[in-house]
Amino acid sequence: MSNLTDAAAEAPNDVKMETRGVNVYYGDNHAIRNVDFDITDRSVTALIGPSGCGKSTYLRALNRMNDTIYSCRFEGRILLDGENIYDRSVDPVEVRRRVGMVFQKSNPFPKSIFDNVAFGLRIGGEKDKDVIAERVEESLKGAALWDEVKDRLQSSALGLSGGQQQRLCIARCLAVWPEVILMDEPASALDPIATAKIEELIRELRENYTIVIVTHSMQQAARVSDFTAFFYMGELIEHGKTDNMFTRPSRKRTEEYISGRFG
Amino acid sequence: MTERVLEASERTRAAKTRQRISVRPQSAKSKLAGSFHTPLWHRVAERLIAILALAAVLAIALIFVFIAREAVPMLWEAEFAEEVQIRDLFFAKEWKGYDEPVFIWQPVGEPAKFNVVPLFIGSLKVTLLAMLMSVPLGVGCAMFIALYAPRAVREVVKPVIELLAGIPSVVLGFFALMVLASWAQATFGFHFRLNAFVAAIGLALTIVPVIFTISEDAIQAVPSTLTEAALALGARKYQVALRVVLPAAIPGIAAGVVLGFGRAIGETMIVLMASGNAAIMELFDFSTSVRTVTATIAAELGEVAQGDPHWRVLFLLGVMLFGVTFVLNILGDLFIQRLQKRLTAS
Repeated sequence: MSNLTDAAAEAPNDVKMETRGVNVYYGDNHAIRNVDFDITDRSVTALIGPSGCGKSTYLRALNRMNDTIYSCRFEGRILLDGENIYDRSVDPVEVRRRVGMVFQKSNPFPKSIFDNVAFGLRIGGEKDKDVIAERVEESLKGAALWDEVKDRLQSSALGLSGGQQQRLCIARCLAVWPEVILMDEPASALDPIATAKIEELIRELRENYTIVIVTHSMQQAARVSDFTAFFYMGELIEHGKTDNMFTRPSRKRTEEYISGRFG
Repeated sequence: MTERVLEASERTRAAKTRQRISVRPQSAKSKLAGSFHTPLWHRVAERLIAILALAAVLAIALIFVFIAREAVPMLWEAEFAEEVQIRDLFFAKEWKGYDEPVFIWQPVGEPAKFNVVPLFIGSLKVTLLAMLMSVPLGVGCAMFIALYAPRAVREVVKPVIELLAGIPSVVLGFFALMVLASWAQATFGFHFRLNAFVAAIGLALTIVPVIFTISEDAIQAVPSTLTEAALALGARKYQVALRVVLPAAIPGIAAGVVLGFGRAIGETMIVLMASGNAAIMELFDFSTSVRTVTATIAAELGEVAQGDPHWRVLFLLGVMLFGVTFVLNILGDLFIQRLQKRLTAS
């Protein structure tokens, strides 16, 4: 059982987000059951599990994206730096500015590359053109895209390749200076080379950001993450350091899933 | 250690996949030679569909030809030349008893004066005014219904607006004539009870549903991935609506506006009933009566002798209206295509 708690035990003060008694329902469907989980600051946490196990739902609960789904209901508390983001007085828009998200399918706006990255700043009220230009460059560099697009910032983002589009989405997310970045299978629609680039990027971003990534690929989880959490049928079965999870899983279900016996 | 577990997992997965795939049995003989050609009935069906599509285009072309056939003889007919000069159809003329050159439509005057300019001014004036009212209303309504309205409201309002499109225009014309005209006169103190403004309101009622329906579809068709991307960046609802959804839906909305324009400029009954029908050459005053091209054709064609100069001029009006709508539609289409190209990158 030691695996279940070692994340919190090793670094008790480094917890960025805490999940307490979280239940999520879609209508009558109980999608997330009683999840308690801590996410460590400046680390990569991978959420794995078979399709429909609730990992994406859980991820979307972390920045209140589920609020936009009509039939979705939430119970419990999620703390960001000790503050409950589901508190009545909390503005979900502010939560999303601190907890950014990158989606499975890259979804750049049908605007120029520059405008895509600047979007978050502009809607946040930033008017200073120099500040925006500076931050766009910084974010594109952060997403390892700058060298490829610096000569065509004004051309449409839809002209980029799939992998570039996904890195653009990461840059767009970085531009608003989030503290946590949620990634929902960010590389599942990409070819192996683009995937490698994204993974490399994730490892770099870990220095400054807390990253939570949903992935279907066990190899990817093993490659990029520090911690892994295994979801099954809406429950958090097991979580711990990635190395331990993949070599000495403490639960039978985890072992079966990791070794490919179901899923 | 990790690698070994993962490798094992890959092997089990591959084995499972192998079991699941079914293979064409070796014994099954393939008869490729006989099936090299597309089946006959496929080819027949494809031809048939092509013919039907061409028939639609042909019908429109023929309509144009038959209308034009009635108008064109004005170029050489002696009877026409005696009564009307072609130049006077389009340019101002100082008629006997007038102090200055005027544009005037007076088919029963002596001499008959056929100048098409005031009619087109009338048509465009009423149509543009109606567009000015219905575009903001239709698009705003579509935005509200698609993005803001609670489900219950949407399920009531949407069919009701779409039902408005099904009301016969003569009923709307009657409403404009009896109710709107009195209201407008009482409210704005118009000198003439029936005027361009009243007709435009009536027209707007017919095109709001067109613009609304198409805009609403266009807004609904904006991928939710874009909306989610904006929300995840901390956009507020109105920012999502104005900066993401509206720009992405603009080509569709523009298509609705073009269609609404075509509908408005071709609408006859409402303008015939509610516009007052005096062909007054006035560009910007909306409180005066107007006579539109369509209303003129509808009102006068039944009462002229076939082949008469008046008859020919009315058909000329038809040809010109056809041309104007055709050109505007094409321009609208080109505009929409350009917008679309800008949105989806070349």
